[in-house]
Amino acid sequence: MSIYLNKDSKIIVQGITGGMGSKHTTLMIQSGSNIVGGVNARKAGTTVELAGTTQPVFGTVAEAIKETGADVSVVFVPPAFTKDACIEAIDAGIGLLVVITEGVPVQDTAEVWSYLQGKSTRMIGPNCPGIITPGESLAGITPHTIAGTGPVGLVSKSGTLTYQMMYELRDFGFSTAIGIGGDPIVGTTHIDALAAFEADPDTKAIVMIGEIGGDAEERAAAYIKDNVTKPVVGYVAGFTAPEGKTMGHAGAIVSGSSGTAQAKKEALEAVGVKVGKTPSETAALMREILQSL
Amino acid sequence: MEYQAKELFAKHGVATTLGVVVETAEAAKAAAEQIGGVTVIKAQVKAGGRGKAGGVKLAKTPDEAFEHATNILALEIKDLPVNRVLVTPATPPEEEYYFSFLLDRANRQYLCIASVEGGVEIEEVAKTNPDAVKQIPIDPGAGVDEAKAREIATEAAFPEAVFEQAVAMIQSLYTVFVEEDATLVEVNPLARLAGDKLEALDGKVSLDENASEVRHPEHEAFEIKDETDPLEAKAKDKGLNYVKLDGQVGIIGNGAGLVMSTLDVVAYAGEAHGGVKPANFLDIGGGANAQVMADGLDVILNDAQVKSVFVNVFGGITACDEVANGIKGALEILGAEATKPLVVRLDGNNVEEGRRILDELNHPLVTQVDTMDGAADKAAELANA
Repeated sequence: MSIYLNKDSKIIVQGITGGMGSKHTTLMIQSGSNIVGGVNARKAGTTVELAGTTQPVFGTVAEAIKETGADVSVVFVPPAFTKDACIEAIDAGIGLLVVITEGVPVQDTAEVWSYLQGKSTRMIGPNCPGIITPGESLAGITPHTIAGTGPVGLVSKSGTLTYQMMYELRDFGFSTAIGIGGDPIVGTTHIDALAAFEADPDTKAIVMIGEIGGDAEERAAAYIKDNVTKPVVGYVAGFTAPEGKTMGHAGAIVSGSSGTAQAKKEALEAVGVKVGKTPSETAALMREILQSL
Repeated sequence: MEYQAKELFAKHGVATTLGVVVETAEAAKAAAEQIGGVTVIKAQVKAGGRGKAGGVKLAKTPDEAFEHATNILALEIKDLPVNRVLVTPATPPEEEYYFSFLLDRANRQYLCIASVEGGVEIEEVAKTNPDAVKQIPIDPGAGVDEAKAREIATEAAFPEAVFEQAVAMIQSLYTVFVEEDATLVEVNPLARLAGDKLEALDGKVSLDENASEVRHPEHEAFEIKDETDPLEAKAKDKGLNYVKLDGQVGIIGNGAGLVMSTLDVVAYAGEAHGGVKPANFLDIGGGANAQVMADGLDVILNDAQVKSVFVNVFGGITACDEVANGIKGALEILGAEATKPLVVRLDGNNVEEGRRILDELNHPLVTQVDTMDGAADKAAELANA
């Protein structure tokens, strides 16, 4: 078991013919993901050869779904076109929409989020590494070689911290690791992932990685208190970040006294979540929990 | 800054008085002469509380304008030097209101905040009389049309005499918010002047950098070069994601989250080494080739405060051998200019090959440490030497 993505997922790639799209589609195929095609309106009807497979290129997401039965789309189109790509996929009724693109205008994401209310699509991202269910499927850019399958569910805003944590706990392995993205507005939140991990019988414990900016971690803490029975270990990056500066991720900014790492850590600890000072200490806390299960 | 916000207001039909931006007291005097009557001299810095800091003064005559401008231009407000003042006609408000549109991250929508009680003291009003501060959610898909603007004006209870002006101004301010891709458009105070004229007396606009990059090349003009840290400006020219901090350990890493985490780990390690701190944030992203690594090192080594450099890379997509070759190439490019010790921690994809390349290089400045914590400790120790 896993969350959102499994061995039966059929994946298409919007932007399969671009540099990033073709590189990462190759890696996804090599990881064992079931990639069934891609979308590029200008190259409809052609095919691309990737990792020893022949991938059909469709003109629209709707057509790709009709022909292949795809239920997941991974978006690699440039930021200026991401909004339209997302709306097209939502209109076509895609089940899971994983938006890797970095640099999407936040008002575009706000409009997409408004648009998908009441529709059947779950969006992950934008500005995220995507999602991996080790040994089953990868929809995104997370290296599939870091860790195998196991009892840990991981949710993180950051890509490289996801990789770092998977590496630290590679001897235990992961049910699913999801990078929700570092933008101010994202489609799937820590809370969504926590709820899904809580419901997933194969996830025994959860690592939650946050960073400065917004109040998603504080909200997650409140959610954990009332809804999560599985052990959760937390980590928050950005204790040394100065006020008013964007730290790489568009959403990573301390505004006045809000959005600080300290406040997030305290909120998590107040509901009994153990929070590591460093990634390695966080991994050690999780290790203790896993050994006692 | 205020004068830039007002330019955006004027561009989209929001009633405001632009005034004249000047950089010297002489020019302030000339502007006051030109405007005539009583003027206001206002410090232009990206900080609130300018009035309390002595950065806003009334001038009855051009000579007074000269005197106030001299004093204000010598100020530092919240550590920011005042390099410019805005000279505007003094228009004493009869009433002050507060109005803003902003990105509501938590609820993934937009929010309108309006109050007809008190303008500048809005935070105080929010504490003492929260009911007077109206918060009205805006659906980004639906936006603000005339009907919604009317709903907002009614909810905020704008007085009859300025109600229709408020409805029009709300729509214009929403146009500023959407057309300019802002994350905040704030008018404070929104003033009711003599003759029941509604005007944006002061304002603030925060722009979304992603959107500026994608579709607002004109926003680059808002960047004020003389107020940007020179190292940050240099990094920006090279397309690097760099933030200058006040510390001794230069940091280079890949991925925003890992770099933020690296700063923290270095700060903890520094506690045992004379309190040294991280000197910067620098994310070189996925493709850490020799040129990017050289550009990054070049910026960091030019920071006089830096005593050591910590290169922390987890090879996810990036392979560690590419990073190692990047470091090797960077040291070749920099040659004798590279003078500070480098602590390198590589992990992940192709790590053995990466470490082997650096072992073989055997460069006197480079020390390899296998773990993030150990490397941070070593870098802090070298910075304290």
